[in-house]
Amino acid sequence: MLLDIEFKQDTLLVRPGGELDLSVADFFRNNLEESLDREPATNIVFNLAQVSFVDSSVLGVLLGRYKRVSKKGGKVIIVSPQPQVRKILELSGLFRIMGESDSEAEALLKLG
Amino acid sequence: MPFTNQMKLEFLSIPANISFARATVAAFASQLEFTLSDLEEVKVAVSEAVSNSIIHGYRNAQDRFIKVYAKLTENTLELSIEDDGRGIENIDKALQPAFTTDPERLGLGFVFMQSFMENLQVDSLPGRGTLVRMSRRVGARAVHNSQEH
Ligand SMILES: Nc1ncnc2c1ncn2[C@@H]1O[C@H](COP(=O)(O)OP(=O)(O)OP(=O)(O)O)[C@@H](O)[C@H]1O
Ligand SMILES: [Mg+2]
Repeated sequence: MLLDIEFKQDTLLVRPGGELDLSVADFFRNNLEESLDREPATNIVFNLAQVSFVDSSVLGVLLGRYKRVSKKGGKVIIVSPQPQVRKILELSGLFRIMGESDSEAEALLKLG
Repeated sequence: MPFTNQMKLEFLSIPANISFARATVAAFASQLEFTLSDLEEVKVAVSEAVSNSIIHGYRNAQDRFIKVYAKLTENTLELSIEDDGRGIENIDKALQPAFTTDPERLGLGFVFMQSFMENLQVDSLPGRGTLVRMSRRVGARAVHNSQEH
């Protein structure tokens, strides 16, 4: 999988790409955990614009990281999911606990 | 004559084969007039069933086999996904939304299969394996019964 992680304004900007399933779940989770260990990040923004597929294995990774940052009052925002990915996130109920924005800039503004 | 076609796929329980399985089934199913959005939903259902066989059925052992059968009739895709792994103790419980035996997971695999496909049927025997069957009609609106209460 493609994965770009940037730390900016208290927030981890995470830009994965490709099809996200069990075959990349460990890699994705470990990279996120290492970044959260390294950076004093309060919030996470997942920019899903380049993600063409997700299934439940990846929802577990997202929820796990949500639990980690929300324990310390942090927030998670999803940016630009493609329609088929958005449908999965919606069905899963994750949008009830994570926010959604149209762009990284808007997400960062929300997180203030 | 009504259109019918069939295919069988058998592959090792390696996570990289999950995308192979869902892409193959979607390509096969595209012989019927499914929309791209339909095919995306079929892919999720296949991904969930095959992932379950790897994770739960075979506990991530990579040297076991998973079988996928697909049948096309005039307007329906019928799918079976089969493993000879650990099996499911309590199928009713396993089918409940948010039920999982793994704290790292959400227990949504069967929810997605049920939402995106029709006639989901699970047969399983502890110690013997699991057979998941489901179908999808062309033009059927998927149920999308979200977990919202
Ligand atoms: N092929 C299988 N072999 C053995 N057990 C299975 C199999 N498929 C499902 N199960 C059992 O059924 C439960 C529910 O499956 P389901 O896919 O709904 O959730 P999950 O796999 O636990 O989590 P998620 O799919 O959200 O990652 C699993 O936790 C597992 O105990
Ligand atoms: Mg599952």
